[in-house]
Amino acid sequence: MQEIWGGFVRAIDLIITLNAQVVEITTRSLYISLSSAFLAAVICVPLGGLIEFHSFRGKKILVNLIQTLYSLPTVTVGLIVFLLISRSGPLGSLGLLFSPWGMVFGQAILVSPIMIGLTVTALAAVSPQIKDTARSLGATEIQIIVTVINEARQAVMAAVLLGFGRALSEVGVAMMIGGNIRGYTRVLTTSIALETSMGNLELSMALGMILISISLVINLLLNRVQGR
Amino acid sequence: MRMAFLEITDLRKTARQGQSLVDILKGINLTVQRGEVLALIGPTGSGKTTLLRQIGLLDGPTGGRIIFDGVSMAGAGERALLQARRRMAMVFQKPVMFRGSVQGNVSFGLKVRGRNDGERVRSALHAVGLSGYEERDAATLSGGEMQRIALARALVLQPELLLLDEPTANLDPKSAKSIDGIIQSLASENITVIMATHNMQQCRKLADRVAVLLGGRLVKLGRPDEVFGDREVCDQMLCSSDGI
Amino acid sequence: MARKILLTALSVLALAVLCCSAVAADGARLKLATTTSLQDTGLLDLVKEKFDEKYNVSLDVVSGGTGIAIQYGERGDVDALLVHDKERELKFIKDGHGLERRCIAYNYFYIIGPKDDPAGIKDMNASQAFAVIMEKGKANANKVKFVSRGDNSGTHSREKQLWKKAGLNYSQVNSSGPWYIDAGQGMGATLNLANEKQGYTLTDMSTFMAYQGNLTLVPLIEGGSDLLNVYVAIAVNPAKHPGVNCTLANQFIDFLVSNEGQDLIAGYGKEKFGRALFSPARGNCTLIGCSDGECAAPTAASCAAA
Repeated sequence: MQEIWGGFVRAIDLIITLNAQVVEITTRSLYISLSSAFLAAVICVPLGGLIEFHSFRGKKILVNLIQTLYSLPTVTVGLIVFLLISRSGPLGSLGLLFSPWGMVFGQAILVSPIMIGLTVTALAAVSPQIKDTARSLGATEIQIIVTVINEARQAVMAAVLLGFGRALSEVGVAMMIGGNIRGYTRVLTTSIALETSMGNLELSMALGMILISISLVINLLLNRVQGR
Repeated sequence: MRMAFLEITDLRKTARQGQSLVDILKGINLTVQRGEVLALIGPTGSGKTTLLRQIGLLDGPTGGRIIFDGVSMAGAGERALLQARRRMAMVFQKPVMFRGSVQGNVSFGLKVRGRNDGERVRSALHAVGLSGYEERDAATLSGGEMQRIALARALVLQPELLLLDEPTANLDPKSAKSIDGIIQSLASENITVIMATHNMQQCRKLADRVAVLLGGRLVKLGRPDEVFGDREVCDQMLCSSDGI
Repeated sequence: MARKILLTALSVLALAVLCCSAVAADGARLKLATTTSLQDTGLLDLVKEKFDEKYNVSLDVVSGGTGIAIQYGERGDVDALLVHDKERELKFIKDGHGLERRCIAYNYFYIIGPKDDPAGIKDMNASQAFAVIMEKGKANANKVKFVSRGDNSGTHSREKQLWKKAGLNYSQVNSSGPWYIDAGQGMGATLNLANEKQGYTLTDMSTFMAYQGNLTLVPLIEGGSDLLNVYVAIAVNPAKHPGVNCTLANQFIDFLVSNEGQDLIAGYGKEKFGRALFSPARGNCTLIGCSDGECAAPTAASCAAA
């Protein structure tokens, strides 16, 4: 118990004195996960729109499949992306492995199902009459999609935020693709894993507290976005 | 004889309702001239709204065709449909508002056409008696106000063909009267109006012709006095309940 | 509409920032796969600092067991390796993945266990001790346990060699009962686990020293040729893996075997742990079973020849 308390106090100290290492790792974490959330959002929100606005055979199955992938194990994505971007893999020539770019790519893939699936759900919740109204007022198909996404923007925003939260808190892709390189690909989660295994519990706790705080902020944002 | 503005031939629509397929329109033939005000009457479920949606090119027909100003819409491409749709506007029975201000709602059709004209928005709002409503949040409007904003949203586009689904059903008598006045003035501007209604008085006052729908068929078409003089139609159409 | 534009602008910005950083990062980076002991002890942090400064590059250290490090090398994902498993190193080079072995440093493995030594292995030789631990462990797994890395690392490799030397079949050993605990983790985590379970384990000396503060386990057997632990650097062969940066890899290995690098290694840990964690290979080539060539600075020709 004393260990936990001592660690806690030391962790607080590391945070409020803006320990350089803590700040650096936190910044990188945010930066990488925000990038992956953005990358995924730019692709997945329109993709969700395409799925929602078109009826085709197997649509239900596709949506079910996407929803199943919400809980895609991060290490599985890590492994698949590793095999893809390793020098011996099909995308090897890009040299993405062990780089922040690779992590962004991997995390974007990881959060894609959540973003696509929740976007579909969000758009499906918009009254079909919005589509009819927009069409009857002369909107093109693309303008109709934009209109519906705009109507559902809070729910779509929530989908993006959830994706960001998952990217930020996952460790599988970050570890396997980033390689936990100090000062380059080391992020909050991989640091916690490493520092814990090295017995640096105070630093681990400080980083863990930051991670929880960020999750809390994301959640507050989510509530705000959804509650309005 | 000049070419009809709207020519509907043997229009059929089958739709899925739950497990079964239902014939909603069973071969409608109808011709509408430019500048005419046509009222569609008939009991609930007779196909009025479905017919309006067909004319508004929101749904494709199961059979038959619509010729709009000389161009057949049967098998027309997305571009042609869009072009035709941009010459008309429709107001739904229970209109929905887009998220945002009244200004945003009324200017929607202008914006999707790449135009935004504050003056036209103002005059459209004035026409429906809601001047100064520009900055209001559309979500806070009352049902009657929404109905009128929806009309303004359509009027601002200066459509050649205006489709109205029960335009005064949710309105208080005073607002209803002002809407009627607007419809009347449209006729003088050579704008074609097709409106579905339950209100027989509105029919008599506004319509050049009345089309009676019953079970997906057009059972009677003619001037209001002709139609309402027909005892058989009147029996089927619950004339009495509307005080005719 | 404004929202849409804002969102698009933000995404473009994010991508742009990302692009720039990626381009900047592609300057000169040397990717090194290393065994955990060199990283976890902090030695490589020091080496990185000096090397980065001297050559104005960035040494990116990916730490894992020797097994995964060699895998990365075989896939061409890293430019150089720092490992400690002679058999696999030789195979790696023979298969054409690596240029040549360079002996960098050495120390010894320890067999550590509870202070009261319930199996009574103190002062035995390593393979004898293993046989005894197994016998006592099978008899009473509550008293005598062995914790294995179980992660295909260099240390795990050595453990297997020791079981073999004790005349035992490894696949039988690791399935012979609850006394044998397969950690499947790095050295640090394995030490913590062994400490929790109060079991015996095989560890490299340097990681043990670095973790000693958190442990109640003590070294019971140290030294002896069975427990010699030699760290080796290998540049990945550019002929086999055209994407690798062989020149930079050789520069790095040159740096390690240079006097400056060897001094760094020789001095590391004296301040923090009271003694050096690694001995430099310099001057001890024969003792640690390396040829003179394997200790000399690599000829600049190695990259060109390949």
